[in-house]
Amino acid sequence: MSPGPVPGGETIWVDDPPFPRNAARAVADSQLRRNIRGATSTIRERRGRIVGEVPDWQELRSAGAAIKDEVLRGLDGYLEQFEGAAVARGAQVHWARDAEEANALIASLVAATGEREVIKVKSLTTEELGLDAALGRRGIEAYETDLAELIVQLGHDRPSHVLVPAIHKNRAEIREIFLREMPDAPADLSDDPQQLAEAARRHLRRKFLDARVAISGANFAIAETGSLLVAESEGNGRMCLTLPRTLISVVGIEKLLPTFRDLEVFLQLLPRSSTGERMNPYNSLWTGVTPGDGPQEVHIVLLDNGRTNVLADELGRQALRCIRCSACLNVCPVYERTGGHAYGATYPGPIGAVLTPQLVGVEHASTLPFASSLCGYCYEVCPVKIDIPSLLVKLRRDAVRAVRHRAQDALFGAAAFSMRGRRRWTRAVRLAPVMRLLRRGGPPPVAQWTAVRDLPEPPQESFRDWWVREHDGARG
Amino acid sequence: MNVALFTTCLVDALFPDAGRATVRLLERLGQPVEFPLEQTCCGQMHTNSGYFEVDLVRRHVNVFSEYDAVVVPSASCVASIRHQHPMIARDAGDEALAARAEAVAGRTYELSQFLVDVLGTEHVGAYFPHRVAYHPTCHSVRLLGVGDRPQRLLRGVRGLELMELERADECCGFGGTFAVKNVDVSAAMLADKMDAVIDSGAEILCAGDRSCLMHIGGGLRRIRAGVETLHLAEILASTERAA
Repeated sequence: MSPGPVPGGETIWVDDPPFPRNAARAVADSQLRRNIRGATSTIRERRGRIVGEVPDWQELRSAGAAIKDEVLRGLDGYLEQFEGAAVARGAQVHWARDAEEANALIASLVAATGEREVIKVKSLTTEELGLDAALGRRGIEAYETDLAELIVQLGHDRPSHVLVPAIHKNRAEIREIFLREMPDAPADLSDDPQQLAEAARRHLRRKFLDARVAISGANFAIAETGSLLVAESEGNGRMCLTLPRTLISVVGIEKLLPTFRDLEVFLQLLPRSSTGERMNPYNSLWTGVTPGDGPQEVHIVLLDNGRTNVLADELGRQALRCIRCSACLNVCPVYERTGGHAYGATYPGPIGAVLTPQLVGVEHASTLPFASSLCGYCYEVCPVKIDIPSLLVKLRRDAVRAVRHRAQDALFGAAAFSMRGRRRWTRAVRLAPVMRLLRRGGPPPVAQWTAVRDLPEPPQESFRDWWVREHDGARG
Repeated sequence: MNVALFTTCLVDALFPDAGRATVRLLERLGQPVEFPLEQTCCGQMHTNSGYFEVDLVRRHVNVFSEYDAVVVPSASCVASIRHQHPMIARDAGDEALAARAEAVAGRTYELSQFLVDVLGTEHVGAYFPHRVAYHPTCHSVRLLGVGDRPQRLLRGVRGLELMELERADECCGFGGTFAVKNVDVSAAMLADKMDAVIDSGAEILCAGDRSCLMHIGGGLRRIRAGVETLHLAEILASTERAA
């Protein structure tokens, strides 16, 4: 898989190869399927239990959706309010239209400090930008400090999950990566999770103490106060956010919340939906610069990178409510069998299937809206009520208009034609016995059906012919 | 009450037994149905494949507008009628059609909902002396919210032993054209569902959607699992006489 020339970030290679082909390869990898099934069923079970404790969960979901919709309706105003508040507290706020602009800006901010190394945390948004590679080309080395991100980086791999980027690796594979790629890993390292975590801790501690520049993402940005919040489990984020002299936070413009008080909703929705915890172990919240405490140079990069395109679509914009909890990934029967890489972009799973085509243009990701059986589980668990199945259907409409498949268009055209008249339909259903000829396969899509399933035995007569014979006495 | 049967295109063309069973069952319960011959398809297959056919929506609405209730032996098609018909009408800029579609949708019932909510019965007088596993199809549970109505109806069937199905609420991998567009993923989901069905010890797998059953049943036949599939209506229509 090589990156394709697609707008919206150099690391996006969607549709090349298309999802079904990526998925076929992933499905054939039984180790991968075991790793992902094990991890997602654990998180799914825990999420179900922890969400079940909250009697007003449905009201919380509605509140979350309403707050995010309010943000999206008044986004221009909230962004300016945020900028004003953050600047007043000593932060420097920058605006980036796309990946190229953001990467150049961030590189120049790092270069201005004279440093050649940066540490990173909450890297999902910068992954979307391909930031690490962009910095590398400018001679700046980026070190991921989230444990799972570190595993992915050391393994020269790509994240496959929004929350657990290394979910596709088991501990034996992680041990191998550490021994191969981590210079200070102990030679007798076992695959015991505690030993692995300890090795990573020692490796990272040195980075934390040396680093003078950190690059972070953020979970929420508060318009009222200009504050940013990072929620995490390891404390590595806290190190990144407090130890270096310079902190650069890359924030998608949809991350805003109107007021500080809105956190009361989202700090319930997020941990319960994502890790299945009542509260994240670490919630780091900061506002501009605090003299003598923490980073003394605070930059915030507000990123568009396709988001205003999503905002322009009346139905599609609800995808911008997403708080990246990954609940939809963990319950998705498709994701469970393919893992995240098959989606070919930063955001995998159901949310990726509706977000990526909107961010990069559906013509560049035309197979993603079809990467779903429309089972509806994602919508049921989404903490901000994104109607992912309906969005998928709408994007399918956009996809068949953007990328024509003549044979498929003809097939559906013929079916619709036969369904538009009683006589035509009566004749069409009498063709069912033809299926007997296709029992051993036929042209697509019959071949795909018979690859794993038998065709049904066609009936002697259709329902309507029976009805007419029984009830009306006359032929339809 | 003037009740119409919408069989769905799939049952009409390929699984008439499910339609005939629905008619027999409702007649036995004293609720005869009409079958308007102008009906064809709700258009869900087109919609979910990206082809919005407003003509099919208009046709469906015209055919069924005059009835007090429409009963459908498919949760998936009812979900499409309820959620997608008004959407497609609006997408085509036809607000009047959207309003009429909503009215028809409000009077359209999936079979188990019709039996329990409209006819007010959970005991339909059926006899079916077999081990049966019930697969709650995604659209019946998540889009329509039929809850445990089908299981309640099955528990009321004399002689029937309802078997436990592991991970029952997990999608079988049908998903309409998903089954052919993403055949590898669909097959992996199907394999897990078939394992659960076989482990349940059931002789018969039952569901409220013939479409999912066509997929699971086709897989079960391919591996010669010896488990048959039947639509909920076919079991509920069975009596001592028929058995």
